[in-house]
Amino acid sequence: MKINKNIAISDNGFVFNPNTGESFSVNQLGVDIINQLKNDETLDKITEEIITKYSVDEATAEKDLSDFIGLLQHHSLIESNEKK
Amino acid sequence: MEKLRYERPVIKKLETGMPNKFGLRTEYYPKTQIDGVSIKELIKEHGSPLFVISENTIRSTYQQAKRAFTTRYPKVQFAWSYKTNYLNAVCNVYHQEGSWAEVVSGFEYDKAIANGVNGKKIIFNGPDKSRNDLTKAIKNDSILHIDHLDELYTIIELADELNKKPRVAIRVNMDTGIYPMWDRFGFNYENGQAWDALNKIMRSGKMDLVGLHTHIGTFMLSPNAYSIATSKLVDLALGLQQKYNHEIHYLDLGGGFCSRNTLKGAYLPGDDTNPTFDDYAEAITTVLINSSFPQEKMPTLILETGRALIDDAGYLITSVIANKRLSGGKRATIIDAGVNIMFTSFWYEHKITPAQNFTHYSEDTVLYGPLCMNIDVIRESISLPLLNKGDQMVIHSVGAYNMTQWMQFITLRPKIVLIDMDERVHVIRDKETIEDIENQESTPDYLKKFNL
Ligand SMILES: Cc1ncc(COP(=O)(O)O)c(C=O)c1O
Repeated sequence: MKINKNIAISDNGFVFNPNTGESFSVNQLGVDIINQLKNDETLDKITEEIITKYSVDEATAEKDLSDFIGLLQHHSLIESNEKK
Repeated sequence: MEKLRYERPVIKKLETGMPNKFGLRTEYYPKTQIDGVSIKELIKEHGSPLFVISENTIRSTYQQAKRAFTTRYPKVQFAWSYKTNYLNAVCNVYHQEGSWAEVVSGFEYDKAIANGVNGKKIIFNGPDKSRNDLTKAIKNDSILHIDHLDELYTIIELADELNKKPRVAIRVNMDTGIYPMWDRFGFNYENGQAWDALNKIMRSGKMDLVGLHTHIGTFMLSPNAYSIATSKLVDLALGLQQKYNHEIHYLDLGGGFCSRNTLKGAYLPGDDTNPTFDDYAEAITTVLINSSFPQEKMPTLILETGRALIDDAGYLITSVIANKRLSGGKRATIIDAGVNIMFTSFWYEHKITPAQNFTHYSEDTVLYGPLCMNIDVIRESISLPLLNKGDQMVIHSVGAYNMTQWMQFITLRPKIVLIDMDERVHVIRDKETIEDIENQESTPDYLKKFNL
């Protein structure tokens, strides 16, 4: 899984995809996750970060993260040519 | 560490008001008045183009900025950055609100004194302070922000000469993760220059080191850069405490906050995306509050905010001179305000609104100024309704830098009016006359005659 590294993201949650010209708004945790994906962090590492930083259990964090990744794929922000 | 409240990550596609390559449609309603004063009347009375400043917007923006900081940190002092807009009337609104003066030249220093600012409340920045300027400032007990070693040595000399202990701070430049890094002003934090200067000051015993200053850049889109800058200044201040048992009175984080303007090339309007005063305040004060200064010895936080305080208070009313169709089919409108008085059109896509009713048909337009120069473009691409010769439009958020960096070129600079809190209009700078310009010139006698 690879995030499209061209996408621009601002601190306060605006995402712009220069390949498609589409814009998105994301909340704070979304911003953090996208930034970590841009740094090539693994999903396990990101989940771990989330549960140390926020009051949430591991199962919920994992589920929400994979849901979020699904949305990023849906919006073509992640190149989804890889095998699951 | 206490954990943060969890909110699941979400992403939402922005469907409405999507910018296209022509930029956003600026406005759906005409701007027919400013603070209750009719634009048509203003133009009839004062001519076109015309700069208009809203006192109400200055005061409310200032109060908003002040509140963002004072609700988070007990000791906050603003110092009005003269270079941003040094019309005396404008400066005095800030002084009435409680702002000190921040100046960067002998000219600005004299202006602040003439405006009646107490010398102790003038911060003197900049690389070019003459011996004369320094002498004056030392006598007035103003605060000198030292930019380089040559200046430091001059101040040591003057301290002896005048038998006074000048109040000083150093300007520190640093890496805050922002590119380009502004390293041409002051002393560098990372390579030890800053400490070197501080040691020289402390060992000389001839100056009263009252603060530490930095100005990390302008239109800083990242509040985080201010957290980094604050922590570096805090580090120096605590170091001084430890090494010399010397207490710093203030940390000055300079200016640089974004106004609501939209930078050229940005895809979303600055109004939606630029950090707010609260964002900057949070970034700076969190570091201060979490630092290890003893509670009763927290330094004052000084801010030299310029454009973010004044941009929105300034408008430029301009009139349509002509419409054209360019060879490629694009519409061009020529207006009577050029880039010589709208310096910031090189940086911003200023919001522009027609000043009279219009139909909802609009067209991608290039807005040219009246100068006979190719660079004279106010907006490269803006979706505007059809405007006729003689119609007016309002350029928004022009309060910062335009009225100080403007140039007299091929014509005379326009009037500036201020609309006060009671909707009264005051001329605060008159239109230039040809005499103003000619008086500066002299023609040698032998060049006075010619036969054509
Ligand atoms: C030393 C100093 N302080 C304050 C300012 C004001 O900056 P801004 O208008 O970006 O807030 C400037 C502007 O360049 C500056 O050089």
